[in-house]
Amino acid sequence: MDILLNYGTVFLTGGIICSIGQILVDKTKLSPARILTLFVTLGVIFTFLGIYEPIVEFGKCGATVPISGFGYSLFKGTVKAINERGFIGIFTGGITATAGGVAAAIVFGFLASLFAKPTIK
Amino acid sequence: MNTNLNISNSEYDDLISQKAQKSPILRNVIAAFIVGGLICVLGQFINNKMLNLGIDKETASTITSISLIFLAALLTSLNLFSRIGRFAGTGATVPITGFSNSIVAPAIEYKSEGYILGLGANMFKVAGPVLVYGISTSVILGFVYYLLNYVF
Repeated sequence: MDILLNYGTVFLTGGIICSIGQILVDKTKLSPARILTLFVTLGVIFTFLGIYEPIVEFGKCGATVPISGFGYSLFKGTVKAINERGFIGIFTGGITATAGGVAAAIVFGFLASLFAKPTIK
Repeated sequence: MNTNLNISNSEYDDLISQKAQKSPILRNVIAAFIVGGLICVLGQFINNKMLNLGIDKETASTITSISLIFLAALLTSLNLFSRIGRFAGTGATVPITGFSNSIVAPAIEYKSEGYILGLGANMFKVAGPVLVYGISTSVILGFVYYLLNYVF
């Protein structure tokens, strides 16, 4: 029961964040690329303002898996690095915290291009 | 080709928006909600498994991201991701799976234009702006955080 409740908040939070994106796409004709850029930037700003952390505590992966969670990781990593290493952490923290995902996407993209056939446009 | 539409520009705009309105927003939002929610649930499932193995929180969430990115890369190379994307819209593109797809799809498409200027340069068509604005914002606000906590 406890497990079900946990996954429920994850589903709800992730669903709501994606729905907001969909409403923006349908209502404003913003392209998905702009939505992703907007969401990651808002993720950073909301984390800075202390608004995103409670959302993560409630929704867990529902808040961290969407691209706004990438912004959350960027800023959380920055704060952690500043607290541990001082001024230089401003520059090192964000990318350090998100390195795994970015490196994975790049190398999987490269490997996929070696094996996959392009679709006919 | 000649058309027989004898209407003004504004009437034409009305007609277009009327036709465009047919895209069912409610259906799109529900699909985005369900698929987006399910991808996050899958992430949580992987994350919980890692935590149960005794892996620390940060590593667990990195493994979760990499797993979802791998899955999206695989589905993209099998040409299945675009189908999910057509059905679910931002439900597939807003989660980290969309970030992965935005890198993997152009890598595959532009390979024919060469490994450096085709594949290498086009990989970041969408991910580039995400990184530019995400990282810039976090450095600038990191500087503000530093000032607030360590200078003043």
